[in-house]
Amino acid sequence: MITRKVRKWEKLPGKNTFCCDGRVMMARQKGVFYLTLFLITGTCALFFAFECPYLAVSLSPAIPVFAVLLFLFVMAMLLRTSFSDPGVLPRALPEEATFIEMEIEAANGNVPAGQRPPPRIRNVQINNQIVKLKYCYTCKIFRPPRASHCSICDNCVDRFDHHCPWVGNCVGKRNYRYFYLFTLSLSLLTIYIFTFDIVHVVMREYPDTPLASHRLNVLEVLVCFFTLWSVVGLTGFHTYLISLNQTTNEDIKGSWSGKNRGQNPYSHKNIIKNCCEVLCGPTYPSVLDRRGLLQEDTPIPSSNPVPQTTKTTAPLIPNEHTPDDAKPSIAASAEKSSSPKEEHPAATKVPPLASPETDAETSIAKERAH
Amino acid sequence: QAEFHNLQELRHSPSLVTKVFIQRDYSEGTVCRFQTKFPSELDNRIERTLLEETVKTLNSYYAEAEKIGGQSYLEGCLACATAYIIFLCMETRYEKVLRKISSYIQEQNEKIYAPRGLLLTDPIERGMRVLEISVFEDRGSGGSSPSSTMSSGSSAR
Repeated sequence: MITRKVRKWEKLPGKNTFCCDGRVMMARQKGVFYLTLFLITGTCALFFAFECPYLAVSLSPAIPVFAVLLFLFVMAMLLRTSFSDPGVLPRALPEEATFIEMEIEAANGNVPAGQRPPPRIRNVQINNQIVKLKYCYTCKIFRPPRASHCSICDNCVDRFDHHCPWVGNCVGKRNYRYFYLFTLSLSLLTIYIFTFDIVHVVMREYPDTPLASHRLNVLEVLVCFFTLWSVVGLTGFHTYLISLNQTTNEDIKGSWSGKNRGQNPYSHKNIIKNCCEVLCGPTYPSVLDRRGLLQEDTPIPSSNPVPQTTKTTAPLIPNEHTPDDAKPSIAASAEKSSSPKEEHPAATKVPPLASPETDAETSIAKERAH
Repeated sequence: QAEFHNLQELRHSPSLVTKVFIQRDYSEGTVCRFQTKFPSELDNRIERTLLEETVKTLNSYYAEAEKIGGQSYLEGCLACATAYIIFLCMETRYEKVLRKISSYIQEQNEKIYAPRGLLLTDPIERGMRVLEISVFEDRGSGGSSPSSTMSSGSSAR
């Protein structure tokens, strides 16, 4: 057996890609994100190269300076949204999953053979509104209110808004405000460039301007025009959502609209308060310890067990785990355990789980690397 | 009963009997709060008031971290003005409170829970979803510190 130290991000389930040794976290498909980067930097490069020299001289040097600052802010917000953990909820460790399953069984009582067990739902009352918490079969947890499972990234995300291909990541609790500031600042940048393009076209009267720069000017105007309608519209939509303290996910599902559904229990019923909570609220920490160290024992000839995720389709009683399920749960426990010990395979089949997991004191004392 | 496949584990820890999970209390919304309901599995192991006190203190820490008020606005606006670069050098208020929580849990484990054969796991290690309490074999009047708390513990049995 070879024991080597790995970072926890290498063993995380889900379909994220990680860079910079776990510091950066993104979705798998990044093509559209590169397109976003290209469009923004390309258009701004053209603006700085061809418009700014003229504008700085004829109008004011403050114009390109402000454009640079705005561009840097846009890029910072974009990268922050794309690279950060949106609020991924880690999957339940085997003991927790078993505990929850037993609670469900206890709640359901005896289901006659052949009958489908009732759906796994927990009701919670929040601000005089009954909210249903659904059970996630992939993550083996009851999703907290406002959390949702992203099928693209295969993670449950807290306060899930939507999965944005343009930023190459999910938008959730931790990065929603950066996403919003990104769309807002990008709108401002687009309007800014668009305005000064028009100004430039109007002001320039040299008959011997090289044709190439005219074409580039037109290109900029076109890009800005189309970006304007989409990004400004998106900013407006999210401003509306923030003022109501709703997520895109809830809006699409119509969770709080219509008489039958009830009222949004998370809203403070005050636009200012809602905006303040979403934009100026606390900065939530990541609960995914990506850069923590994990000891991995690998048998010498064969390769590591690939961390699998089990999608249980029907509710399972712990004793009825198929042999296929037992193996992934070993891998899952190896990847999730903050202790250097391995689970015994048989232990996962016996409730209550009597696994010789080392005490959590070492993990409390251990510094969270995030 | 626990099965050991590693002698190292036998040396390091007493046998783990079960784990009890205290769930989140969502009745006040999405703020981090744990249920103060006493789990029946711990009936003989610890006094209700002690566990309740621990959970209530933790809840107050989380409430402090997530409080939306003057300080959080200031932190948010300042950070926004610097395009959030300031977070590379500055610790957020939430992180400060998390460190306090971590040391509180360690202190509670040393003083109250370990002598009773229990161990609290910091909720951050479990995605802030549950407060995990590991229950070890009850060694009677054993334990690392023969303190006066043991006698009050045994009277509850």
